[in-house]
Amino acid sequence: MSRNVKHLVSVAVLVIVGAIVTYFLLRAIYILPVAASAEAGPIDQLFDIQFAFIAFLFALIVVFMLYSVVMFRRKPGDEQGADFHSHTVLEIVWTVIPLIIVIALGIFSAFMLAEITEANPGEMDVHVQGRQWSWVFSYPDHEEVGFSTSLVLPVDQPIRLLMSTDDVLHSFWVPEFRVKQDLVPGQITELRITPDLEGSYKVRCAEICGLDHARMVANVEVVSRAEFDQWISDQTPLLPLDEMSAAERGQQWVVELGCNSCHSVDGAVGAGPTWLNLIGRNEDLVDGSTITVDGEYIRKSILNPSFQLVDGFADSMVKDYDERIAAREAEIAERQSFELDMIADLIAYIETLAE
Amino acid sequence: MVTFFSLGLVRGIIGQFIGFAIGFGLVAVARSAQGLEKNPDLAVLVGAIFGLFGFLLAAGVFTDWLKWIRGVETPLRHGPPKYRPAWTRYFSVDNNHKVIGIQYTVTAVLVLLLGGALALIFRLELSYPGMQFLSANQYNSLFSAHGIIMIVSILMGVGGMVNYLVPLLIGAQDMAFPRLNAFSFWVAIPAAVLLVAGLVIGGWDTGWVAYPTLSTTTPELGVQLFLLGFWIVGFSSIAGSLNVIVTVAKMRAPGMGLFKMPIFVWGAIAASLIQLTATQTVGLALLMVVMERALGLGFFGPGALGATLYQGGGDPLLYQHLFWFYSHPVVYVFVLPGLGVISELLPVFARKPLFGYKWIALSSIAIALVGFLVWAHHMFVSGMDNSLRVPFMMATLLVAIPTGVKFFSWVATIWDGRMVFPAPMLFTLGAISVFLLGGLTGPILATVPTDLMLHDSYWIVGHFHATMFGGFVFPFFAALYYWFPKMSGRMYNETLAKWHFWLMLPAFWIMSLGQMRIGLLGMRRRIADYDPALGIETTQMLITFAGLVIGWSVLIMTYNLISSARSGVRAGANPWHSRSPEWQIPSPAPEMNYERPPVVVGDPYDYGHPDTEYVSITPASAGD
Repeated sequence: MSRNVKHLVSVAVLVIVGAIVTYFLLRAIYILPVAASAEAGPIDQLFDIQFAFIAFLFALIVVFMLYSVVMFRRKPGDEQGADFHSHTVLEIVWTVIPLIIVIALGIFSAFMLAEITEANPGEMDVHVQGRQWSWVFSYPDHEEVGFSTSLVLPVDQPIRLLMSTDDVLHSFWVPEFRVKQDLVPGQITELRITPDLEGSYKVRCAEICGLDHARMVANVEVVSRAEFDQWISDQTPLLPLDEMSAAERGQQWVVELGCNSCHSVDGAVGAGPTWLNLIGRNEDLVDGSTITVDGEYIRKSILNPSFQLVDGFADSMVKDYDERIAAREAEIAERQSFELDMIADLIAYIETLAE
Repeated sequence: MVTFFSLGLVRGIIGQFIGFAIGFGLVAVARSAQGLEKNPDLAVLVGAIFGLFGFLLAAGVFTDWLKWIRGVETPLRHGPPKYRPAWTRYFSVDNNHKVIGIQYTVTAVLVLLLGGALALIFRLELSYPGMQFLSANQYNSLFSAHGIIMIVSILMGVGGMVNYLVPLLIGAQDMAFPRLNAFSFWVAIPAAVLLVAGLVIGGWDTGWVAYPTLSTTTPELGVQLFLLGFWIVGFSSIAGSLNVIVTVAKMRAPGMGLFKMPIFVWGAIAASLIQLTATQTVGLALLMVVMERALGLGFFGPGALGATLYQGGGDPLLYQHLFWFYSHPVVYVFVLPGLGVISELLPVFARKPLFGYKWIALSSIAIALVGFLVWAHHMFVSGMDNSLRVPFMMATLLVAIPTGVKFFSWVATIWDGRMVFPAPMLFTLGAISVFLLGGLTGPILATVPTDLMLHDSYWIVGHFHATMFGGFVFPFFAALYYWFPKMSGRMYNETLAKWHFWLMLPAFWIMSLGQMRIGLLGMRRRIADYDPALGIETTQMLITFAGLVIGWSVLIMTYNLISSARSGVRAGANPWHSRSPEWQIPSPAPEMNYERPPVVVGDPYDYGHPDTEYVSITPASAGD
C-alpha cells in the first residue's frame, strides 16, 4: 500500500507541474484577437476560466497515463497487474465533484449570457441586411445615410443590430466583438454590441450561404462620437434622384443591389464578368454563339440571369433581381414620386466605365 | 468475366443504373407529355428510389424474402458459395456476420481514403490565401462531400466492428436476423453511389448539414442526390441496430448476465439504441427538403405572416431542430463503440481487471440518454431565445460527467498494471489522449457566451475532428490490428503498424491544435479562402502538412493489412492471451463460431488471476 502512496505522491506533484506547463503552452497557442467590445470583457474572462480547466484536466489524465506507461511496464517474471476491480467511493467522488463544477460553470455562464444580451439604456438601432454575397447597413435614426456598405459605429455607444435577409441564412461575426448571430429568412434577429475600441474591423459572414460565402465581408469602422456625427452630417439626405444623372443613379443602385460583389469596374475577374468596357464587347456564350453586349443584353441578363450565360462563368447570379428591382422602383415611386427605371440607370453607369 | 457478373455488387450497381434511368425517364416523359416544365429534382427523387430497389433486387438482397412471400422455404445458406471462388462471397449477399462485418470494414476503409483524399485536395488549396487551383464552387462541393463521406465511413466502421464482434463476444453463432444483417450492409452501397454521383455532376455548396433556405433554393442538382443518398443510409442504421439489440437480448451464452458481457457489447448496445430511435428524425428532415425542392411544399420557406404551408409559410429553424435531434445523438453512435474498444483492450495489455465495469457499462447508456437532450447547442446563434439556450447549455455540460467516468476508469485500469505496447495498445492509448483533447474542448462550446465567439469557426472543426479521431478513428485502427489475426488467421506487420502510429499521432495533435488556434483568431469554417490579414498562413500550412502525414500513415496501414492478409505470419488462436471467448477458438474464426455455446464460468476481466477462466469452451473433438 505504501508503494501505491509513493506513486500517488509523485504523480500529484507531476500533475501540478504538468498543469502549469500545459496552461502556459495552451495560452501560447490559443490566442484571441484584440477585445474591442464591452461584451468581450466577461466573455474573455470565461475563456480564461475554460482554458484553465482544460489545462488542469488535461494534465491530470495525461500525467497519470504517461507515468503509468513509464512505471508500470511488463517485465519477465513480473507479468500480472495488481488485482483491484472497483472502488465505489472513488467512483462517487469523481462523479459528484465534476457534477458540482459543471453546474457552477453553467449557472455562472447563464448570468453572463443575460448580462451581455440584455437591453442597454440609450441603445441605438442599426439595420443589417445580408444577402448573397454582401452586407448593407442602414440607420433608422439617420435616414439620410440611406444604404451604406460599411458599418460605421460610434465608440462606447450600445448598439442593437436588427438583422434580416431575403434569401438564405447568413451570420454576423466580428471576432474582435466576440458575439455572433445568424440572419434568418422570415425573421428579424437581434444582436447587442457595445464597441469600446476605436479601429477598423471586418464583419465576415459565418454561415455557409452559397458560392461566395467566403467573400461576404464588409468594413466595420468604430470611430469617436465626433467623427460619427461628422460622418452622418456628411451623408446627403434622401437621394435627389431628379437632380442626379442616370449614371449617378446607376452608381447608387450598384451599392443597393450588391452588383459589385461579383462584377468589378476595374477589369478584375470576379464571379461575374467585369463591367469595364462592357458595352460593345463581344462575349462568347456557353451555347457557343457570340453576342455584342448592348443595353438589351444587360437588361435581359439582370431579369433572367440564366439566359445567354457568358462562357467561363457559373450560373450563380441571384435570380430574384427582377422582383427586388420592381419592389424598389415601386417604393421610390411612392416615397419620392419619381418614375424610376433602375436598369436603364445601371446601363447608363456601365456606359461610363470605358477606357 | 462470368465470375465478375455473378458478383452481387456488380449486379447491384447495374440494377441501380437501370432503375435510376427508368425512374428518371418516367418523370421526364410524363412531364413533357403534359407540357410541364422540366423538374430535375422530382426526376432524381423518383430515379433514386427506383435505383435503390433496382440495386437491392439485382444484388439478391431480397431473394429469400421474395421466395417466402411465394411460400418457398429457403434454409439459411452457410459457407462459401458453391461453384464460385470463395472470395466472391465478400462481393455478394452473404449471411454470415463475420463476412458482413468484413464487408462493412473494407468499405469503411475505402470510403475513409476517398473522404481523406477530398480533404487533402481542399486543404492544399487552403494552405495559402487566394484561390490557387480550385474554384469556389469546387471547394464548396469538396468540403460538403468530405463531411458526409466521412460520416458514412464512420457508420460503416461502426457497423463493421459491431457486426463482426458482437456475436463472437456473446458466444452466439450469428446475429438474430442474418438476412436483415445483409440488407443493412448492402443498402448503404446505392446510397454511397448517389453521394458520389452528386459530387460528379457538379457538387453542392450547403455543407453536409444542408440548411434551408440555401438547400431548398440552390439550383445545384447535386444537393438532391446528396439528400437522397444520406436518407438511404439511415435504413442501414435502423435495420442494423434493431438486429444488434435483439441479438444481445436473446442470444447470449449461458451464464452471461448483462454485467458479465464483454464491455464492448455495452458500447454497441448504447449506440444501437440511439440509431434505432433517432435516425427517423433526420430522415424526415431530409425528405422534407427533398419534397420542398421537388414539389414546392413550403416546410421551410418563410412566407408572409399568415401564409399556409402551401404558400411557403414555413420556418428554416424547424429543419435545424429536426436535423440536430438526430445529428447530435449520432456523434455518440460514432464514439461509443470505439470507447468500448478502449475499455476492451486496456485490461488485456495491462493484465489487470477493467476498473469499475458496472460504472463504465452504465456510463455508455447515460451518454446515450443525455445525448438526446442537447441538440440545440448546435443552434445557439440561430435566433433561439435565451430561455432555450440556457437549458441546452446545462444539459450539454452534463454529458461531461459520464464521459469523465470513462477517463478516470481507464486511468485506474492501467494504474499498477503490467503493460506491453504492440500497435493495438498504442492506438488505444493514443485514442485516449486525442479523445481527451476533443472532450475538453467541448465545455467551452457548451457555455453560450464563449460559443458566440466559436460557433462556425475552425475551433469547431478542431473539436469534432479530435472527438471523431479519438472516439472512432484511433480505436477503429486499434480494433483492426487487434482482431486482424482472428479475421484473417495471420499477423499484421508490427513495424509498419508502429510507423503508422508514430506518424499519425503527432501529426494529428499538430492538426487539431492548429485548427483550434486559427478558429480563435477569426478563421471561419466552410470558406474557400481567407483574409491574409488574419496572419494565420503558417498555421494553415502546418495543418495541411499534418493532414498529408496522416494520409500517408493510413496508406501504410492499408498496405500492411492487405499484404499481411496474403502472406503474413500465421497467427494462433490467442496471440494476445485474452480471456474473451473469441480468442478461445481457432484463427481465422470458424464459419459457425462455436461448436457449442461457451459457458460463462468466471469474470471477464480477472487478469490478476491467471488460473481462472471467463468462459469454458467445449473442445471441438469432444464426442457428440
